[in-house]
Amino acid sequence: MNNNDRHLISILMENEAGALSRVANLFSARGYNIESLTVAPTDDATLSRLTLVTCGNEQIIEQIIKQLNKLIDVVKLIDLSETDAIERELMLVKTKASGEQRAEMMRLAEIFGGRVLDVTEATYTIELTGPGSKLDNFLRAVEKDAILEVVRSGATGIARGQKALRA
Amino acid sequence: MEPITGAEILVRCLKEEGVEYLFGYPGGAVLHIYDALYNQEDIKHVLVRHEQAAVHAAEGYARASGKTGVVLVTSGPGVTNAVTGIADAYMDSIPLVVFSGQVPTALIGNDAFQEVDAVGITRPCVKHNFLVRDIKILAETIKKAFYIASTGRPGPVLIDLPKDITIGKAEFHYPKKIKLRSYNPTVKGHAGQIRKAVDLILSAKRPMIYTGGGVILSDGSPELVELTQLLGYPITNTLMGLGAYPATDKQFIGMLGMHGTYEANMAMHHCDVLIAIGARFDDRVTGKIDKFCPTARIVHVDIDPSSISKNVKVDIPIVGSVPNVLRAMINVIRDEKLRSDTEAVGRWWRQIDEWRAMKSLSYRPSAEVIKPQYVIEKLYRVTEGKAIITSDVGQHQMWAAQYYHFDRPRQWINSGGLGTMGFGLPAAMGAKLAFPDQDVACVTGDGSIQMMLQELATMKQYHTPVKIVNLNNGYLGMVRQWQEFFYQKRYCMTYFEALPDFVMLAEAYGHVGMRIEKPGDVEGALREAFALKDRTVFLDFVTDQTENVFPMIPSGGGQNEMLLAERDEMVSTHDEGMVLL
Ligand SMILES: Cc1cc2nc3c(=O)[nH]c(=O)nc-3n(C[C@H](O)[C@H](O)[C@H](O)COP(=O)(O)OP(=O)(O)OC[C@H]3O[C@@H](n4cnc5c(N)ncnc54)[C@H](O)[C@@H]3O)c2cc1C
Ligand SMILES: Cc1ncc(C[n+]2csc(CCOP(=O)(O)OP(=O)(O)O)c2C)c(N)n1
Ligand SMILES: [Mg+2]
Repeated sequence: MNNNDRHLISILMENEAGALSRVANLFSARGYNIESLTVAPTDDATLSRLTLVTCGNEQIIEQIIKQLNKLIDVVKLIDLSETDAIERELMLVKTKASGEQRAEMMRLAEIFGGRVLDVTEATYTIELTGPGSKLDNFLRAVEKDAILEVVRSGATGIARGQKALRA
Repeated sequence: MEPITGAEILVRCLKEEGVEYLFGYPGGAVLHIYDALYNQEDIKHVLVRHEQAAVHAAEGYARASGKTGVVLVTSGPGVTNAVTGIADAYMDSIPLVVFSGQVPTALIGNDAFQEVDAVGITRPCVKHNFLVRDIKILAETIKKAFYIASTGRPGPVLIDLPKDITIGKAEFHYPKKIKLRSYNPTVKGHAGQIRKAVDLILSAKRPMIYTGGGVILSDGSPELVELTQLLGYPITNTLMGLGAYPATDKQFIGMLGMHGTYEANMAMHHCDVLIAIGARFDDRVTGKIDKFCPTARIVHVDIDPSSISKNVKVDIPIVGSVPNVLRAMINVIRDEKLRSDTEAVGRWWRQIDEWRAMKSLSYRPSAEVIKPQYVIEKLYRVTEGKAIITSDVGQHQMWAAQYYHFDRPRQWINSGGLGTMGFGLPAAMGAKLAFPDQDVACVTGDGSIQMMLQELATMKQYHTPVKIVNLNNGYLGMVRQWQEFFYQKRYCMTYFEALPDFVMLAEAYGHVGMRIEKPGDVEGALREAFALKDRTVFLDFVTDQTENVFPMIPSGGGQNEMLLAERDEMVSTHDEGMVLL
């Protein structure tokens, strides 16, 4: 593992007031960094699934996982970066789209498998999903001042194969 | 079943848990609970004079008895006053359940009178906390709190109770058992790891056993003594672990760490196998991390996986509870008739005895001025080594740890992790309530004692006769020592130009006060004080103002870089060391 490897950690926790704060608090109190964080209830309404992206060396990641497991509200967790996993993130981008830009923007969206959700005479609003790196690449491909607004959900993920994270 | 109020449910739960003492202080948000405490005998409420003291007293009770300490405070300032105590219990892993009043549910978030976000404020310093929003889960929540506080790695749990919850009614059912899907501490160690550890331990040529508070918290002292004596290896304890192994036994080589003995720190530095048990490799113990035990392979037994390889990477981790794991090790050694390398260990002991001969705890006696170390030596003599000793924080704490030889667990009660001045006096009160028939002494300093002095009144009210041993040096001595060593004697704000007359003060609170100024009077005064069985006695010892705590590893130093006494010139540390505490 490298010194600052990126880790996608997925947590199953009690769907209770305060559980999210406990996780967020842990990261700030211990000086770990959070790149992104997503959370929502699961099919079992008593549980929520929280996925976060963090980075650090092996020792820090080991501590993060141990400290998370120690939280009473955390039922189970998995470091998806340590297994074969699918990572997905949703991004909504509002771009300029007038004149020649219009066709070019549409073409780019298509290449990246995006969908145009909203159209005005001067703008497109595009939806894209994929691993974070793919979304980064799209943003890099678009001319900088064509971008009006970017909204990203933060990464979430699931292990491939038969493995399932359940309580 | 008749529905009863939330307040009554709380009291019933405490009875179910066998709670003897509740340490608390009333206020608007908890009035209903106080009403439910009226006219009942089972739970004795101790009315402290400051909420911080309620928590420290509950800690003293818990640390002395092994039971869970219980606290009740009101909302707002009641709970903010309690936070220092809660943080103290968290750092030292002490089992507590703290109830705080809260404004009624409907007013939460409105900046209501005496509202604070108690759950938010305490979140970083509790093992867990709850805000009860539904009276139907009140009893179950209390059961969970006691379970969480006292199992696994113990710690404080807070329950925030909005006033309407204490007034509303529900049927009372107390669950017999509780199971939490998200909380299952590992108690039994992994057999394969234990086997590997035993092999490594027995192969050692220069072994060292290093144990901490975890042995005391888990009541694992009998197993520790058995294993240590079976192996014949040297053993050291952390400040939190003192008493887990009898200090007067020849295998005990003293406390380790910043103010530990020369032999303990040198043995740590030179050992080839380190057996760490219920200790957390605190920076006061390790010194500079990359100089720590440079030649050792390390076995670490701890119930909390996050304690393992946090500061120091270990070779054989064993997650489990001390008594279970040590029992399993003893069984493997006995059943298979395994042997250690007695010849190599014999050589190792000869080396350790040479270090011992340095007599790192010797100090220069005086016939004119009272040496603080001398007071502790006499305290040890007069109490025949049997008293429960609580301590405040500072130089006096270190001298108590060094010169009182603790032979049993739970005899030494101090604030190690947070280092909270003011801890000692209320803790002594709690310990005395737990063990009314034992002598309890609080070793304190002129700075620390003034932080919780008001508790002298509580001690009068509840007849908790303890002996207060004030090592009065006129200074915030521990800080003064650092200014002397590391800030070229610029004594900024460490000298007390005005101190109260502690004798008169003790008398004003209805206790006995004594001032002792000559070395020749020390022992007599102590004897007189301990003869007054049913009185709290404040012994104000006027001690040498310039005395320093030795040995000392300056921060940033390695374990083999100790200062033994005044004769050692050091007295500067490097930039890296200066940032450390
Ligand atoms: C002025 C001052 C000076 C100090 N100087 C020193 C010094 O010179 N030397 C020194 O040692 N300390 C010193 N300290 C104390 C220091 O700050 C730490 O509090 C102390 O070293 C920690 O002790 P410990 O490692 O035993 O851990 P504790 O805080 O007692 O932690 C207990 C460990 O045991 C584990 N545990 C709990 N229950 C179980 C169980 N059932 N089974 C297994 N494991 C369990 C816990 O998970 C934890 O890892 C000083 C403090 C002050 C205020
Ligand atoms: C609440 C609190 N404030 C500040 C400190 C920092 N501190 C550590 S030791 C010490 C001096 C203690 O003085 P005293 O009680 O007189 O003990 P002495 O060192 O003189 O024996 C101070 C201020 C602390 N540990 N706790
Ligand atoms: Mg002092």
